[in-house]
Amino acid sequence: MTDPTMSGNVIEARGLLKLYGAQRAVDAIDLDIRRGEIFGLLGPNGAGKTTTILMMLGLTEISGGSVEVLGFDPVRQPLEVKRRVGYLPDAVGFYDHLTARENLTYTARLLAIPRSQIGRRIMEAMESVQLADVVDRRVSTYSRGMRQRLGIAEIVMKKAEIAILDEPTSGLDPHATFELLEMIRGLKRMGVAVLLSSHLLDRVQSVCDRVALFNKGRIALMGTVVELANQVLGAGHPILVEASGIDIAGALRGIEGVQKVMPEGPQGSEGAWRVVADRDVRAAAAQRIVAAGGALTRLADLQPSLEEVYTRYFQEARHAA
Amino acid sequence: MQRSPARREGSPFTGLGPVFMKEFSDHLSSARMMVLMLFVIAFGALTVAPSLTELRNVTESDPFLFLRIFTSASSRVPFSFTAALSFTIPLLAIGLGFDSVNGEFNRRTLSRVLSQPIYRDALLLGKFLGALVTLAVALVALWLIVLGAGLLLLGLPPRGVEVARGIAFLAVAIAYGGVWLAASMLFSVIFRSTATSALCALGVWLFFLIVWPLIVPTIVVAFASPDVMSGRASIDETLALIQFQSFLDRLSPNTLFGEAVIGLLNPETRTLGPIIQSQMYGAIMGAPLPFGQSLLLIWPQITGLIAGMIVVFAAAYVIFQREEVRA
Repeated sequence: MTDPTMSGNVIEARGLLKLYGAQRAVDAIDLDIRRGEIFGLLGPNGAGKTTTILMMLGLTEISGGSVEVLGFDPVRQPLEVKRRVGYLPDAVGFYDHLTARENLTYTARLLAIPRSQIGRRIMEAMESVQLADVVDRRVSTYSRGMRQRLGIAEIVMKKAEIAILDEPTSGLDPHATFELLEMIRGLKRMGVAVLLSSHLLDRVQSVCDRVALFNKGRIALMGTVVELANQVLGAGHPILVEASGIDIAGALRGIEGVQKVMPEGPQGSEGAWRVVADRDVRAAAAQRIVAAGGALTRLADLQPSLEEVYTRYFQEARHAA
Repeated sequence: MQRSPARREGSPFTGLGPVFMKEFSDHLSSARMMVLMLFVIAFGALTVAPSLTELRNVTESDPFLFLRIFTSASSRVPFSFTAALSFTIPLLAIGLGFDSVNGEFNRRTLSRVLSQPIYRDALLLGKFLGALVTLAVALVALWLIVLGAGLLLLGLPPRGVEVARGIAFLAVAIAYGGVWLAASMLFSVIFRSTATSALCALGVWLFFLIVWPLIVPTIVVAFASPDVMSGRASIDETLALIQFQSFLDRLSPNTLFGEAVIGLLNPETRTLGPIIQSQMYGAIMGAPLPFGQSLLLIWPQITGLIAGMIVVFAAAYVIFQREEVRA
């Protein structure tokens, strides 16, 4: 599948622009999606995520700039792009009066898959999303989670090189979300580059290799979750300490490499501290508190959370405005 | 920012076949089609059965007895089979087309289908052809039922020329259905709500069925000079006014269909417009025209119907190309 002559990017957008009247829905963004990665487009509703996706698929006109998908121009060569890219729209719909097999058969015909292969490819795809036993049931009997999985099955059947998923987990219960994310990881294992948009940050964080934070049509931040956290929350390795009995803050400040010690939790509450250091100082902190006679009740490694990055960033953006 | 006009690559008809086949099989198996067919057959039987029983008692020799099944209105049911068709066909066509595009949009299947390697051209054309062929199948079936009933009850086979006229009539009926199908699809592209598009299509149909025939004389009178009204005008002036009226009448697909049917199924028809005494000189009253001549007579009506169908479809096509697919 991999074309060695191509660069590592499957999607390259340069100055991509979409105008609705005078409004800039997508404001000259640059974006690269690498082969085989899961890339998350994050941002509030109306930030331009879906419009960006539609422009990549050639489903809406581009007002300016350029985008290349697998080396093809979606404006001039939409068929080539759509043959290689699988798309799962927000709240995907299937023909309710048809069975899953009939729905996928229709797609397979549109894709011009040879007749002799259609049956096998449908079953393989349905097995990969664990729907093989309900392939001959009408889609009207499917739950929302099953429909989303059927959408993934369509992408698998298509043997797409890129999967574009728009809000794939919205409206799903936690279990269905977990299963769907597992299937998205499965796509990555098959070598498919995945571009997904979402506002469910903690979910996205667990699957995405890199993310881009959209705000008002622009990409505000882009990179791995750790990079973004460093950028927005500051560099360093944060840990959480809960202890009592001694001057905890003083004890913690004395540890080598500690940059900041801040009280955590509601104002005035004592006993919980957030420590930022240049490395993991949990062992040293435990040793020091216990040696000083303090009672250590909790010690946790604080993974930078995307949610925090997101909230902090938009707070700052609002303050700046 | 300026972009050079981009040329799309790949045939606009990629994927036309699968779309057509899906639409066709969906229509044939749908409950809606069953209801519409029952409706059409009921109306057909209602008009054909009485006229058949009356035609059985006709003793004088009529060379076009078979065509009378289509055109004669019996004493009990005041309209003929073709008159019944002239308003069941639009209903059938509107029923098949009113939710073709916005239905996909509302079921959220549109963006998924359009993300497959297919242009919007193929989707719209495939849907149109699927519905048109469904309509054609329904009309052919109905036509064969009537023909079969005629064979059984009249006990005499139709002549070749009658069959030819019958087939031409069928073609005109399909073109007439195509106009209304294109119109209902146009509304299904314009409106996101299927109820609104159905109402608009039915509204336009009722307008041409009821309101337009009432408005046309008013418009004509408004344009007429007092001379014409009092009968003192020259024959040229009167003729011009009558032609103006025919022109307005013929903007309605119903009129075009009606005239084409008269020309085809009543071989005695020599003209669809006014005729002056001197033009009738040498003509044998009541003598039928050859099939070719009848066809020539209604050729403008046929092309008018087909052109109308294409123009309305093109409008739907242009609007569909510009429509945003996102919800």
